[in-house]
Amino acid sequence: MPGKLKAKIVAGRHLPVMDRASDLTDAFVEVKFGNTTFKTDVYPKSLNPQWNSEWFKFEVDDEDLQDEPLQITVLDHDTYSANDAIGKVYIDIDPLLCSEAATVISGWLPIYDTIHGIRGEINVLVKVDLFNDLNRFRQSSCGVKFFCTTSIPRCYRAVMVHGFVEELVVNEDPEYQWIDRIRTPRASNEARQRLIFLMSGELQRKIGLKVLEMGGNAVVGYLQCFDLEGESGLVVRAIGTACTLEKISTFPATATHPNNSSPSKDMKEPGFGEEAPGVPLSSGPPTPLRAQTFSSFSPSKSYSRQSSSSDTELSLTPKTVGHLCHFCMIPPSPFCVFQEYPFFTLTAFPPGFLLHVGGVESARSVKLLDRIHNPDEPETRDAWWEEIRQEIKSHAKALGCHAVVGYSESTSICEEVCILSASGTAAVLSSRFMQDGPLDTEHRFEEVVSPGCGFCHIPYDELNIPFPAQLTYCYCCRRYKVPDVLFTTIDLPTEANVTGKGCLIQARLCRTKKKAQGEGNATAISSLLPFLEYELHTQLMNKLKLRGMNALFGLRIQISVGETMLLGLASATGVYLTALPSPGGIQIAGKTPSDITYEQHISTMQKKINDTIDKNKELYEINPPEVVEEIIGSPIPEPRQRSRLFRSHSESSDEVSELDLSHGKKDAFVLEIDDTDAVEDIHALLTDSPTPAGFYSCNTEIMPGIQNWTSAIQMFTSVRVFRLNANLTNQGLNKIFSDLCENLLKSLYFKLRSMVPCCLCHLNFTVAIPEDELIQVAVTAVAMSFDKEQPLENGKQSGEKTLIKGKHRPLKAMSGIFPPHLSFLSSLSPSLSLALLLSTASSLEKASPLPEGRSRSLRSNRSYSGSSVAVVKMTPLSFIPGAKIIKYLGIINMFFIRETSSLREEGGVSGFLHTFIAEVFAMVRAHVAALGGNAVVSYSMKECVFMENPNKNQAQCLINVSGDAVIFVRESELESTSVQTQSATTHTSNATL
Amino acid sequence: MSVELDVFVGNTTIMDKEVYQLWLNGYTVNDAVKVRIEGGVMEECEASAEVLLSDTMDQYRTFQMCERLLHHPAKLANQLLFQIPPDRQAMLIERYALACQFNSLDFVIIQFQTFICISLFRYYAFDDLFVREVLGKKLSKGTKKDLDDVSIKTGITLKSCRRQFDNFKRVFKVVEELKGPLVENIRQHFLLPDQLARDYAAIVFFANHRFETGKKKLQYLTFQDFAFCAGQLINNWTVGAVDNMMEDMDVDLDKEFLQDLKDLKILITDKDLLDQHKNLVCTALRGKTNVFNEMEANFKNLSRGLVNIAAKLINAKDVRDFFIDLVEKFIEPCRSDKLTSIDVNLYLTHYTNSAHILDTFKHHAVWTRYMGVIKSCILRMYHD
Repeated sequence: MPGKLKAKIVAGRHLPVMDRASDLTDAFVEVKFGNTTFKTDVYPKSLNPQWNSEWFKFEVDDEDLQDEPLQITVLDHDTYSANDAIGKVYIDIDPLLCSEAATVISGWLPIYDTIHGIRGEINVLVKVDLFNDLNRFRQSSCGVKFFCTTSIPRCYRAVMVHGFVEELVVNEDPEYQWIDRIRTPRASNEARQRLIFLMSGELQRKIGLKVLEMGGNAVVGYLQCFDLEGESGLVVRAIGTACTLEKISTFPATATHPNNSSPSKDMKEPGFGEEAPGVPLSSGPPTPLRAQTFSSFSPSKSYSRQSSSSDTELSLTPKTVGHLCHFCMIPPSPFCVFQEYPFFTLTAFPPGFLLHVGGVESARSVKLLDRIHNPDEPETRDAWWEEIRQEIKSHAKALGCHAVVGYSESTSICEEVCILSASGTAAVLSSRFMQDGPLDTEHRFEEVVSPGCGFCHIPYDELNIPFPAQLTYCYCCRRYKVPDVLFTTIDLPTEANVTGKGCLIQARLCRTKKKAQGEGNATAISSLLPFLEYELHTQLMNKLKLRGMNALFGLRIQISVGETMLLGLASATGVYLTALPSPGGIQIAGKTPSDITYEQHISTMQKKINDTIDKNKELYEINPPEVVEEIIGSPIPEPRQRSRLFRSHSESSDEVSELDLSHGKKDAFVLEIDDTDAVEDIHALLTDSPTPAGFYSCNTEIMPGIQNWTSAIQMFTSVRVFRLNANLTNQGLNKIFSDLCENLLKSLYFKLRSMVPCCLCHLNFTVAIPEDELIQVAVTAVAMSFDKEQPLENGKQSGEKTLIKGKHRPLKAMSGIFPPHLSFLSSLSPSLSLALLLSTASSLEKASPLPEGRSRSLRSNRSYSGSSVAVVKMTPLSFIPGAKIIKYLGIINMFFIRETSSLREEGGVSGFLHTFIAEVFAMVRAHVAALGGNAVVSYSMKECVFMENPNKNQAQCLINVSGDAVIFVRESELESTSVQTQSATTHTSNATL
Repeated sequence: MSVELDVFVGNTTIMDKEVYQLWLNGYTVNDAVKVRIEGGVMEECEASAEVLLSDTMDQYRTFQMCERLLHHPAKLANQLLFQIPPDRQAMLIERYALACQFNSLDFVIIQFQTFICISLFRYYAFDDLFVREVLGKKLSKGTKKDLDDVSIKTGITLKSCRRQFDNFKRVFKVVEELKGPLVENIRQHFLLPDQLARDYAAIVFFANHRFETGKKKLQYLTFQDFAFCAGQLINNWTVGAVDNMMEDMDVDLDKEFLQDLKDLKILITDKDLLDQHKNLVCTALRGKTNVFNEMEANFKNLSRGLVNIAAKLINAKDVRDFFIDLVEKFIEPCRSDKLTSIDVNLYLTHYTNSAHILDTFKHHAVWTRYMGVIKSCILRMYHD
């Protein structure tokens, strides 16, 4: 019995009326862990019961502590009939199992019911006494820390990065069991919620075990996903990067560090060990086929051969249909034995760790789902992922890289077809940090190069270049070669030299597909995939050029499958890397230059494009120093030294028109107009509306070119579902989909207009096809205000600046937004304030979160009238501007189902979802506050599955969210109060409640 | 092709005060969009009508979700669904404001509660025009059914009328049962600012006693006139007015006092006393006003009017006619004699004080309590 879990039920408030006659409730609480259940007394006739229960003690294995959630059920006592459930609270015990995280869970938590939503709150206290278990064969992994953050968490130092960890568990989905036919929706939903809680716990424990085996103590970049495979079951899978972390103890010293926006600068020189030894290019020169199928984004590759190769593969392995990229399997190099997959889910690295970046690589495979027969041995699913990872690994090798960074995996399921995708960025990591195996082939990189451009230098051998590309000498150091464009899935390295600002670039594509079943359907999908991906890349490339930029970061390509269409959405942040050559313009070429009006048409279009490029360059402040250009050998003979862009039409011709309208002296991208499609394409290219003045957007952690963030942040989630008409052409679909995304962005800008100047960071779009003819787009991002003025040197000055700004703000914000800016003081009469109950609010005024959290929970069992709710910030980023994270309290991973059979009464689908998302936010905030935290970082909504049946007046929604609960302290207050805070921290950890 | 679902949820609840006002005023989404377009928000922010529609619908939904909470404002302080944080930016503005006018206590409140305050304040705010129509009426379903007429008459949307009516009713229902001072109860339970709480107290008080306010003769009076009078009555004539410790409430008039008022009849029934009273008043007034003759001629008439009102107040039915009686029995006669409000003030002062000098008149306390309220009510109501 290595653990004792203790829970105490203090009080409830705002309970719903359960007895119509008295308008009151006779509430009691059941506390359940594993198979043990305790009950409180019934507190009769009150909506604000005070149970003040004894401590309920559960003596359990730590394995169970990791797997099981604590279940709290609030019920209404009924003498004559069965007790009615009011709602439930699931508490994840995991944060309490780690000595460095939270010590107690205490606070008001919303009571949640899957049919009615939040129904009041309950005040609980939960603690764990853990005894050390030295058993070598133990099944638990208590103490391993988990972080969603995809960089080394602030206030920690990476002693060692061990590498990739993955695990998946499967089970039958309760919703698809026979019993579901006779169960109530509530029971069914609860069974599902509970199962997923259990599975996540188990998964986390298993991953933890792997980490311990590797000698690590933490998982960073932990990414957990659900695959709702319907009748074939439920898969919960997770990937992460195992690390050995060490807490930085001298935090006042690092606290004074002036830079708050770089994730890695707080770090001391990190030591890295025994991870991912480099793979020499030992497998001989790449074959042409390899070069062909490479998924790095070279503009001039053709897919024709590749798709045919897919077909052959298909006939051989019916279940494993259509890999996008096929490789002759390279036998694992001896250097690889030690780390099977040199993958890293991290997207940001300590300086000096990332040496070179090869480019984006991705692999997809289409699978047919079958029933999982033995849940204890999820071999098929494991094998599927194994295949894909092998593929990614071999891609990296072909690029001369030994590691993959910014790695992620995803799925899209429609009926029994499932697309598995994996993507990452091939990279060379510093071998300086590696313990063994000096790698001769890597020696040329050993020299210390300027950190601002080093990562751009090509890692591959220029003679054996795996794909056609133009290489030039680096524009920074002039010593090494760089490619003309660089696409990556990682964040922009903080040390990178960037010209101007960045911006969000999206490629959107819709393709119709015939309805089909089983293998036929899978075949159809896999033959469409290459085209889809190719066109997405083309779009990205064109849009990048149109903005005068040369690199993409944070690239995320999502492909979603529906019954009659495929949806592709690629999002990335475009930047101009100073090290890379300036991009050429876009040149339009007409196919039949005989007609004069036609030529005029082309030249106006060309002019428009050139104007747009100029405008964008000005907008994003891209004015690189002019340098003499020298193109060095490109391995594939290019007669015109021009990368050409062909539409994937059979009639597209190799003829390049002699029109010389290229933008500037650079080599231009040629867009051939040979049919109406192309005209529309160009049109679409130009109709991407620019962001309104004062707004910037990106999907990465930080926006290059903006440093002086204010503390005003606003995290939000927006969901739209669009109904399509039947029988649309590809063109029509594309337009609709593109407009949908554009309009969504426009709405966001309008909503957030009071925060100008501001940047929407970490814009994460998720597309889905919930039903035939429906497209769902969900966006989660954070809007952050910044000061237009020069970056400020110290906090004092910034205080003054903001004050001045504060005074002016009301005028600017007169367009009428309520808080955060409170632009309406004039309407406040002093007497107004007298009407409020204010006594305890003052404790919140001080931003030191720890004492506040405590005092809140201490006084919470008193009358509710005076206490205010603590503010919890949420952000998808790993940091909070102007603040220092002083403690990580544990991972937040919550799964909720909400169902209604009175959709109209709840305000239709929008009303239903609006309430649900607001409730999910409220529950996340409450759980973070109960852990003693005041923010969630690296927050993400990983799943939002919405289903409706308006005819039956029903709807159901599943949401899965995750993030890291933290305590932060404002940097301005840190200097003065650091000593106090520290004592407060120790005080809290000793505090017994 | 249509947008089937469209939501935006922020970790911090965003509310547009302009849209909030439109919602309160009962505008439909489409009308609100039109108003916003005319307001020029589109040009300002490079938005399209589509964007505006989406935003407005979203805001309306947020308000509807808030509405449930607004009905129980005490819960607002610790509700978890909407996060309205003390923004740093906001803090700075307030610190600035603080320097100008607020004391430190206000500062804390504004920081945390401004949002709640403002939305409550606006939610519970009402149109004087509307309240004038329903003042003194029973807050029943029947009255609610007639709201469409009120809506047409006042030009206020039916939705807005309903909200205002429901607010009255909700406040009435809660405070009806409570002990202690009425205004304070309203302020605590609905977190309303002082002035608004007083107005609600007046509305509740009027509804409880069903004071007649709709007669043609009373049309010239505004809601604020009535609210003032209600305040006078609440502060002086209810049980709570004399004894705060009494476990009764402010809503009902002090029965004992009403009973005692009957004793004042002696002032008009006793011929000697009446003459004596008249003489004393006339002596005091002589030479101080231009309308002395009219006052002298009308004295008995006016005195009879006021004392009769007092004597009748014991009957609930006559309480309803209190204001109409004041107008008919006192204000109209004075007005036809062209008395200015200064004259009326002068007259009532001496009329009240002289009674105390009368030898045989013993009900000084009751008289003072009665005439104090009558005097201030009449003075407030004495205008065109």
